[in-house]
Amino acid sequence: MTGNDMIILEDVNKSYSGAGAPALNNISLHIEKGEFVFIVGDSGSGKSTLIKLLLRELTPTSGRIIVNHTDVVKLKHRKIPKYRRGIGVVFQDFRLLKDRNVYENVAFAQRVISVPAREIRRNVPGVLSLVGLAEKYKSRPKQLSGGEQQRVALARAIINDPPILLADEPTGNLDPKNSWEIMKLLEQINKNGTTVLVVTHNREIVNEMRKRVITMKKGVIVSDQKKGGYIDEA
Amino acid sequence: MRLSAIFYAIGQGFKNIFRNKIFSLATIATIASCVFLFGIFYSIVLNFSNIVRKAQAGVAITVFFDEGLSDEGIKAIGDEISKRAEVSKLVYVSAEEAWESFKAENLGDYVDSFGDDNPLSEDSNYEIYMNDISMQENLVTYIESLPGVRQVRKSAVVATMLTSVNSLISYVSMGIILILLAVSIFLISNTVAIGITVRREEISIMKLIGATDFVVRAPFVIEGLILGLVGAAIPLAAIYFIYKRAIEYLVDRFAVLDSLLQFLSIGEIFTTLLPASLILGAGIGFLGSFVTARKHLRI
Repeated sequence: MTGNDMIILEDVNKSYSGAGAPALNNISLHIEKGEFVFIVGDSGSGKSTLIKLLLRELTPTSGRIIVNHTDVVKLKHRKIPKYRRGIGVVFQDFRLLKDRNVYENVAFAQRVISVPAREIRRNVPGVLSLVGLAEKYKSRPKQLSGGEQQRVALARAIINDPPILLADEPTGNLDPKNSWEIMKLLEQINKNGTTVLVVTHNREIVNEMRKRVITMKKGVIVSDQKKGGYIDEA
Repeated sequence: MRLSAIFYAIGQGFKNIFRNKIFSLATIATIASCVFLFGIFYSIVLNFSNIVRKAQAGVAITVFFDEGLSDEGIKAIGDEISKRAEVSKLVYVSAEEAWESFKAENLGDYVDSFGDDNPLSEDSNYEIYMNDISMQENLVTYIESLPGVRQVRKSAVVATMLTSVNSLISYVSMGIILILLAVSIFLISNTVAIGITVRREEISIMKLIGATDFVVRAPFVIEGLILGLVGAAIPLAAIYFIYKRAIEYLVDRFAVLDSLLQFLSIGEIFTTLLPASLILGAGIGFLGSFVTARKHLRI
């Protein structure tokens, strides 16, 4: 491992009990600090399992996973919360708290890790400005468009300044215009130094942005291209 | 642990109650029912125990002495008996007092036919009252073994009956209280489990953001604690008014039983019932929510 490595997977296997084929089959992967990586592949290719392993929602059947110098496999249960604070995460379905407004949804990410109230009041408006929602801080999620909701989710994911951002199908529920706005924001966050992993099916975006593309099929990495594109047969 | 985390947990605990109003009301109602039953049952048991205790206190053993025993001998017997732990009071009844009492209770108009004779001249005695009537047999055996004691008269039937009634009340009350406790814990555990299910998405977000187990669980435990305390406070207030009215009614309606049925005041009842119910409510709330939160929040 070099000082520049952010995510390392070595010979990672993951099998679910009762399932025939393994979800991940001998995966090895290096992602450097500050990289922007697309992970593409069909349903059942192992993308979601990979994200869950990185978030330590699952542990691998075998192999090593090192994230930001932390051995994720050997991580003790009580240390998982601290580990997860180093990873921002965005989902296709936004996962916002419907009974709270934009400000409270973003502040929530700091409250649950015991950030002092004064700091929260200072941080939240800045992040909301970054995602272009400063004016809508009082709105409830149902009053926002899909794109705006995803921007709130992005603001929540980055407010604790994590070195890694995982985005699982962030544009899956958005129209092309909003999808591009979200991708531009992810690119901007990446330019600020955050390592960004985006799981997506969006061929147009992957082909247009010319970033590193890891293609998965049936639990195996079939392609890993620098400045790559969407491989159709995946 | 930051102070802000504790305040956050308390704030969220209160908010949870209002977010899940229906579940909160259901929980309060169930705990209130249990504590109300507990309170009513406790009040009845305490009063019944009090009546039994008063009846027990009136049951005495009577000790008669050998004919011609000197005053010193009688005093020595009295001193020996007084040393026993089960004795609460020892009263000396002289032959004259025994005769006066007998005359007043039994002879009525025929009293003059005895003139100055005292048929009970050898029946001076000690009346012995006990702390615990179940110890009567031991005490009687001991007194009968003392030199100078002619006869010991006891009330075995009354003693046995009162002891049995007291034991029965204790066992039944403990049984019912245990059942109520189990029911309450089950109910609050169910309510917290439903609350956790309703908020599963929020909890999963919290865990993914990096909230510690304490931050995730604490609001549920505080919610349970508050619901338990509120659930206990409501029936306490109800019992306070109902008990006072009920006692006033019973005393008024059954004045003839006044000497037998001496009810405890609300103050005497609440000395124990108030802290016991609050601890019970808070305990049920804490235990039910803590165990459930621990069981359901291993994400």
